Amino acid sequence: MRRSGVHATIDAVWRLEAARIIAGLARMVHDIGLAEELAQDALVAALEQWPESGVPDNPGAWLMAVGKRRAIDRIRRRQRLEHKLEEIGRDQETQAPPEIDVPDDEHIEDDVLRLVFTACHPVLSTQARVALTLRMLGGLATDEIARAFLTSEPTVAQRIVRAKRTLSDAGVPFEVPEGPDRAARLSSVLEVIYLIFNEGYTATAGEDWVRTDLCQEALRLGRTLAGLAPGEPEVHGLAALMEIQASRIRARTGPSGEPVPLLDQDRGLWDRLLIHRGFAALLRAKKIGEPPGPYVLQAAIAACHAQAPAAEDTDWAQIASLYEILAGVAPSPIVELNRAVAVGMAHGPERGLELADALVDEPSLRGYHLLPSVRGDLLARLGRTDEARAQFENAAKLTRNEPERKILLDRAASLGDVPR
Amino acid sequence: MRFLMMTTDTGADQGPPDEAMQIEMGRFIEEMSKSGALLATGGLEPGGARITSSGGKVTVTDGPFAEAKEAVVGFALVETRTREEAIELSKRFYQIVGDGAGVIKQVFGPEDPMPGA
Repeated sequence: MRRSGVHATIDAVWRLEAARIIAGLARMVHDIGLAEELAQDALVAALEQWPESGVPDNPGAWLMAVGKRRAIDRIRRRQRLEHKLEEIGRDQETQAPPEIDVPDDEHIEDDVLRLVFTACHPVLSTQARVALTLRMLGGLATDEIARAFLTSEPTVAQRIVRAKRTLSDAGVPFEVPEGPDRAARLSSVLEVIYLIFNEGYTATAGEDWVRTDLCQEALRLGRTLAGLAPGEPEVHGLAALMEIQASRIRARTGPSGEPVPLLDQDRGLWDRLLIHRGFAALLRAKKIGEPPGPYVLQAAIAACHAQAPAAEDTDWAQIASLYEILAGVAPSPIVELNRAVAVGMAHGPERGLELADALVDEPSLRGYHLLPSVRGDLLARLGRTDEARAQFENAAKLTRNEPERKILLDRAASLGDVPR
Repeated sequence: MRFLMMTTDTGADQGPPDEAMQIEMGRFIEEMSKSGALLATGGLEPGGARITSSGGKVTVTDGPFAEAKEAVVGFALVETRTREEAIELSKRFYQIVGDGAGVIKQVFGPEDPMPGA
């Protein structure tokens, strides 16, 4: 179903301009929910008028102008109402109507950054932050967000309405946080973007194009953020991490959709342009010269893989030490498990297995197929065949991904004929 | 989706670009880079070398070539969500540079079916 020319143009303009328009209007009304409604009003006006009048020369400016007019109407109406209430005799101090802060090109980027921080405010649930971010910064329609997250349109619509109300009720200011709050707020923003990326990255290619498109959307948001907050190393770290991970999209699934592990991928299929961009972003992060945070470290690990011409050239010692630093900065059982793999490659399976075995009682890894899969691999390399087979069989039981299950069962079977 | 936008030589004699236009173009390029849309861009030398391969023999001819018209003189590699978005960016480009002509072609990526596949 192809929409008519003008409608396709309006869609395109909206997606390119939505963030700037909503951000500019939020500067006026100090409420991103209201700003988004006003921007939507402008979009509706475009849908009504452009098919007749033609698309204006500067469609973004047109939408912003209409939005501004609606915003001023709204503010004036509110001021008149407040004035009337005063006249009725409510004992309020008389105030001159406050100046309306009108958006301009000069400050629009600051406004977009404010919008990012507000839409990702920790007062909102993660799901709500994701939905608001895609809607306000990505210009995605509710049904697109619903399809991308395999949920229903009313659910997403509800989520967005509630999120706007929460922000408004909590009186969340439209600003970029400064001071001690800033680091935590920034990590909330980065978390949302990386979550969007991973939602797309873990979807099997070809399953649903909208889902793999989420990687693209997250990359775009990450690059935008790097442009808006260039002084934050972690922002560049996240951009670098996503660029390098996205460079492998073509290589990470086989012809029948089965996942291809990193070390088995055809590196010729890796996207050199994205790898190059990832390295450049990582360099920008390093130049700022702060101790590396979790995204910079993960990007550095990804860069180690990207740098190796073949799997056997991988600098595992370097990766193992990066995981060790990462385990200190952002400890998690998943990081430990990855460290076990790297140490197993760099310093022998015995050392790796020690680390992996320490995770057996970790509650958050219970039911996670990669733990037995990693242990199976290390045990197999140590010649402990029976134990290895049991681990692979257990991993196969736990995975929900059919092609992956087959790979794990094949590995278990390949260990089957070895005599005790 | 990736698109290669190429500007072609229209044959018209264009004087040196004026300063105001260059500033505006600089701002536009910066905005496109920051938004992640612009992956790479550059201008191309007018002549270049032409390479033909025929019957196993490769011939290299150095320019300039007589038919300069329609030769590609500049390019931008952009990443957008739809073809229409790429076209919108292109329109903004021509609003800044004024008269000119170009071609937009999709560059096939991992998510696109390869032609003939």
